[in-house]
Amino acid sequence: MELFGSIITLIGSIVLLLSALGLLRMPDVYNRMQTGTKATTLGTILFLSGISLGHPECGCLGKILVLILFVVLTNPVSSNALARAAHFAGIKLTDRSVKDDLQKDNMEKNEEEK
Amino acid sequence: MANLIYYIAAIIALVSITLVFIRMIIGPTIADRTVALDCMTIIAISLIVFVAYLTERIIYLDVAIVYALISFIGVIAIARYMERGI
Repeated sequence: MELFGSIITLIGSIVLLLSALGLLRMPDVYNRMQTGTKATTLGTILFLSGISLGHPECGCLGKILVLILFVVLTNPVSSNALARAAHFAGIKLTDRSVKDDLQKDNMEKNEEEK
Repeated sequence: MANLIYYIAAIIALVSITLVFIRMIIGPTIADRTVALDCMTIIAISLIVFVAYLTERIIYLDVAIVYALISFIGVIAIARYMERGI
């Protein structure tokens, strides 16, 4: 059981490493935000559950479950707020992006107000 | 054997926290730095839980929970600041 938990922890840390590499290599803020949020959430879930599976006798399962639940609930919220703020602050998308629906919606809204 | 794999996982997490720190230094805008800070905090939470396992002190898990809470509030505050000013 301990070996099983340690292998899950290793997979989680590899996912964390991949998210760090994506954060270095992605071209603009929004792509970086995607790797920096989704991949770290999965990596943290795997890392923490691997540790708690490897040591069921330590009595820390409840707190680790609370921690996983908290990360899963708050990480998308904060990245969504940050992406929206970055878009309204006028940070450009990369040249290769093909679609920007938020800007289109804002332009339509402004025209309706006029 | 299992302990060795745990240590290797922690070292990989440390390497990834270093890579994210490079992005935090060179990031051109404030949003880049905030994303890097958020990512660093979450990897640090994993490392804190690993340290709690290593030293067998459950009290460190509370530190991790409070750290996650403070990171969430900090990112929301920076997003509010970027959107309309304080």
